Amino acid sequence: MKKRISLGRRQFLTRAAQLSGLLFLAGCDSLSQKPWFEGFLSSAEGVTRRVQRLITPRKAMAREFTEADLSPLFPVNGTENPDTDEYLALVENRFADWQLEIGGLVEQPARFSLAALRRLPSRTQITRHDCVEGWSAIGKWKGVPLSVILDQVRPHPQTRYVVFHSADPDEMGQYYYESIDFEDAYHPQTILAYDLNDQPLPIGNGAPLRLRVERQLGYKMAKYVMRIELVENFDSIADGKGGYWEDQGYEWYAGI
Amino acid sequence: MEEPNETERPLPDSKSEEITPATPIPSGADRTAPEAVEPPAPPADRRRFRHPLFVRLAHWLNVVCLPILLMSGFQIFNAHPALYWGERSDRDRPILAMKGVRTESGEIRGVTTLFGHPFDTTGLFGASPDDSGKRYRRGFPEWATLPAHQWLAMGRRWHFFFAWVFVINGLLFAAYSFASRHLWRDLLPRQEDLRKIGRSIRDHLFFRHPAGEEAAHYNVLQKIAYTGVVFVLGPLIVLTGLTMSPNLDAAFPGLLTLFGGRQSARTIHFIAAFTFIGYTLVHVLMVAITGLWNNLRSMITGWYSLPESGEKHEETN
Repeated sequence: MKKRISLGRRQFLTRAAQLSGLLFLAGCDSLSQKPWFEGFLSSAEGVTRRVQRLITPRKAMAREFTEADLSPLFPVNGTENPDTDEYLALVENRFADWQLEIGGLVEQPARFSLAALRRLPSRTQITRHDCVEGWSAIGKWKGVPLSVILDQVRPHPQTRYVVFHSADPDEMGQYYYESIDFEDAYHPQTILAYDLNDQPLPIGNGAPLRLRVERQLGYKMAKYVMRIELVENFDSIADGKGGYWEDQGYEWYAGI
Repeated sequence: MEEPNETERPLPDSKSEEITPATPIPSGADRTAPEAVEPPAPPADRRRFRHPLFVRLAHWLNVVCLPILLMSGFQIFNAHPALYWGERSDRDRPILAMKGVRTESGEIRGVTTLFGHPFDTTGLFGASPDDSGKRYRRGFPEWATLPAHQWLAMGRRWHFFFAWVFVINGLLFAAYSFASRHLWRDLLPRQEDLRKIGRSIRDHLFFRHPAGEEAAHYNVLQKIAYTGVVFVLGPLIVLTGLTMSPNLDAAFPGLLTLFGGRQSARTIHFIAAFTFIGYTLVHVLMVAITGLWNNLRSMITGWYSLPESGEKHEETN
């Protein structure tokens, strides 16, 4: 520090700065490929989840809008049509043969037809759907609160998660699935929706039944729900991360 | 303008060793220093301890965080490269949209639409080359995003990790500036600073920079810039980022009211990011032309040496 910086040293420092800039960018990119580093960055997810849950009242409600706020067209994203033989057969019959199956760690496994679900208490909500990609759309959803179903099947005390299995497989044959914990499962706005904008749920939006979890991002809200499974953990389901997109590196807690 | 070594000349040699008080003068504490009343003293020690360790650490942590946040932010933006106002995204009414459009000849061109006006931005926004040079549809080009390839999940991992670092760093810095009175002593512009704003703008435009004792404190434009970035722009970019969280919107619906909806918040977040770029460009330019090594050294070691007043501008008051 006392010495005057010589020209050579200055040049050296300039080069070093340039080089470190380049290395920084290249380094960031190669670090992204390292599983240990991804794990390191992912540690932020747990912090985010804990802090968000800590400062969010359990029953804090997502904002509800009016009909004037509805999106002119509610977008179709992800699977547009599951297109399997089983699904096409259900469509053929207007889902008259479809049954929602609820099992796993419950006292009273159950099945519900669409008509039976429609006879249960319902909730209607106009909410904003936020996609992980960045866009938002507002739709009017009607469905049965998940808590109503859970109260009927009575989960075992050790149960921690509710897993939703969907009808749409990807090209590798892996079916879409998602999971939420009880904090979200019993939230009043968490519903199994069968209507969108006063019409039966269109195929593109997940007919006959899709999940709404209004305090998380869109990918948590499984479409084409066929089966609900209550579990203690999801280690044995697919890649064990608790959801289709989670298995591909997305956060299980999608509150942001 | 100034030769960088000129500012380094006054660096203390052996002589200054004895003059330098054992206790370095904390910046600002010498406001009533006797220089003003005593006749011009021989060039005393020009060294000033300007940046405490805490401030230096916070500064360099931001240097790490900002490029990562910016580039991973572009990665996230690329998943849906359009901006809207209000709560929802009506695809036909974006404020800004970057699109790759295939022309009749089969070529892909990048078109950026701003308030309904299309601009050809091929190569930069909307369509840009991959490693092999082949052009494809993309919001921001690969060299600007982290990771370079389209990989939203990893972009989010980078963004949210360093967002935490940035926020904690910012909160600690704010707490420090309040507790140590750094905020009032050095950062907040005073009444008398604000009166000099016209002169300061003129001086900056002509690249005339304070020397001698005058350089011991931030000038009014610096104070406005630093205070604005730390206490306005920083909170703004964090709060608009948090407004994009569906969960925090449920916990704090006031956020949506404040920013006019989630999509508005996303747009403001984007504008704030570019304001950070603009600030950083000017900041680095000013650091470079007012004595690059002196400035850099002061942010590394804490010690700043006052530039010689040989080239000082005319004092009128």
